[in-house]
Amino acid sequence: MTTNTKGTKQAGEVDRRHALHLLKSMLRIRRLEERCAELYSAMKIRGFLHLYDGQEAVAVGVLEALTKDDAIVATYREHGHALMRGIPASAILAEMYGKQEGCSRGRGGSMHLFDEKTRFYGGNAIVRGGLPLAVGLALADKMQQKNRVSCCFFGEGAVAEGEFHESMNLAALWQLPVLFVCENNLYAMGTALKYSESVMDLTSKVMSYDVSSAAVDGMDVLAVEIAAKSAVEAIRSQGKPFFLECRTYRFRAHSMYDPELYRTKSEVEEWKGRGPIKTFIEKMKGQGTLSDADIETIEGDVAREINEAVAFAEACTWEPIEDVARFVYSERRMP
Amino acid sequence: MTDDQKELRTLTYRDAIREAIHEAMQKDARVFLMGEDVGRYGGCFAVSKRLLEAFGPERIRDTPLSESGFVGAGIGAALGGMRPIVEIMTVNFSLLAAVQIINNAAVYLYMSGGQFNVPIVIRMATGGGRQLAAQHSRSLEGWYAHIPGIKVVSPATLEDARGMLWTALQDPDPVLIFENAGLYNMEGTLAGDAGAVDIDKAHVQRAGKDITIITYSANLYKSLEAAEILAKQGIDAEVIDLRTLRPLDDQTFLASVAKTHRALIVDEGWRSGSISAEISARIMEGAFYELDLPVERLCSVEAPMPYAKHMEDAVLPQVDKIVALVRKMVGANG
Ligand SMILES: Cc1ncc(C[n+]2csc(CCOP(=O)(O)OP(=O)(O)O)c2C)c(N)n1
Repeated sequence: MTTNTKGTKQAGEVDRRHALHLLKSMLRIRRLEERCAELYSAMKIRGFLHLYDGQEAVAVGVLEALTKDDAIVATYREHGHALMRGIPASAILAEMYGKQEGCSRGRGGSMHLFDEKTRFYGGNAIVRGGLPLAVGLALADKMQQKNRVSCCFFGEGAVAEGEFHESMNLAALWQLPVLFVCENNLYAMGTALKYSESVMDLTSKVMSYDVSSAAVDGMDVLAVEIAAKSAVEAIRSQGKPFFLECRTYRFRAHSMYDPELYRTKSEVEEWKGRGPIKTFIEKMKGQGTLSDADIETIEGDVAREINEAVAFAEACTWEPIEDVARFVYSERRMP
Repeated sequence: MTDDQKELRTLTYRDAIREAIHEAMQKDARVFLMGEDVGRYGGCFAVSKRLLEAFGPERIRDTPLSESGFVGAGIGAALGGMRPIVEIMTVNFSLLAAVQIINNAAVYLYMSGGQFNVPIVIRMATGGGRQLAAQHSRSLEGWYAHIPGIKVVSPATLEDARGMLWTALQDPDPVLIFENAGLYNMEGTLAGDAGAVDIDKAHVQRAGKDITIITYSANLYKSLEAAEILAKQGIDAEVIDLRTLRPLDDQTFLASVAKTHRALIVDEGWRSGSISAEISARIMEGAFYELDLPVERLCSVEAPMPYAKHMEDAVLPQVDKIVALVRKMVGANG
């Protein structure tokens, strides 16, 4: 199999342009999240803030496999997915500032990024809230003979919820093109998988619904990309759902309020050693695909992008409070 | 009683609830706490911090994310002779367990012709005001108060945070305890021997003669603050903390209205089909001829909660709005 600039087809083979693209993608997320943490301390961002550090390879790898016609449903830990989907960092940050130029007009905040143009159906903050929505989006596509995939991201915590199982069954029963991406970062807030699941192999859960599945190292962006591409290919060719478990780790606290009593510092450090950005750089440098100068250039570009986004958010405006009840009901007619 | 026991001590609302849980677990071996992250994480609002060390994982039981499942299991355990305290992180997620609460807990006694009572206590955080946006800012206690078969209490004070739990556990029927998340850090003093309190009477928190402000939970403090401002302007407001939304102690506010002849209800819930509508209706039914002017309500704007602070502030009842409304009602000019 050959590789091309459209992406990775096989492990270990990646051309320079694509490697640069993947690295830059992961760094854009990482630096955005770091800035968010700072802005939270500076009280520019408020409410709950759930950062994605450590899990970047999942959003980056999976979104490589989707086209612009596909739909995304994500959770409250969705800045990275939103950014990869093409929502500008400026609109994301403006949203977290609560400004009306934000991608949800300041109504949603960090947990509720939305974008109609890129078919980004939210930031959902009810654990497992998005799964049935993805099923329904796919149902609509199927009923309208649209050849699109609906991709739903969620944490392993959602697997214990009834609606996870209901969604799997519905998607399989009705043969719907849904890509279920479970980001298994081992903890749901402070509850480790072993305290929440009687059977810890998550792919085994979906077998009884006849949903195809795969588990992949979620710290390896190339592996995620390859797995997601073959999952999407299977979905498109067979018109059936697919469950992709990405085994990953969240480096930071669950949210900004978490004292992290449930895990040790050494465990976190160990996982940081396997971080998706760190290992990708090591691998690409080892293969001679990337140089330090490349990384420097990327870092410069990313820093510029984030700085501009912050400046944009600062300069944005507050929605007049008279409009606080706007969008409780629709203003536009249905086509 | 020793002096030690009488001595006032400083603690938070959160500490008061933790003490209540601790005491209940010590006094009654049938009592256990279960919910998401109550153990190893220490409780999402740190209410149950360190209880795991004290009582072990059997009685401080972490559950998976399965609201319907573990609330239902709590109901089953209550039917089976235990005295579960089930913690749902917030009222927002209680909707996932609504069918268990409303269609099981609330009806088992009745459906079984009085045979099976459900002595469960379900605690949950409620309320907005922390920029958590629409899915995390609901105030649905009034909505639960619509349901016969359950009791709904909402402690605003440290005494009630400390004392309502034990009384709720003694109740043969399901009791829902709503803790406004904005109150957890509230610090105050409590008697060393503070203990169980009733859960069926409203309290007059501030006596006054010009108007009755009826409220509960976190809005008690906004109302009291407004009352202090109004006092400086020569308006003497009586402030009532409902404490319990079902059964509603209407005698206390009807007696107050008979004295002040004016009533304002302050509630974080929405006004349409709400507990404030119910209170207003009871005043119509029970004190119509005592009123000098129609009952007024200050509720949240009828919109999901926005994230941006200035918009969230605009949605919620605020002290200045209470002051302005009271001044209008008592006919104060300028
Ligand atoms: C239905 C519901 N219950 C509880 C919560 C509170 N809560 C928010 S995130 C979370 C942990 C979820 O863990 P997981 O699904 O593994 O995702 P992660 O946070 O690790 O990305 C919990 C319990 C919620 N938002 N929704």
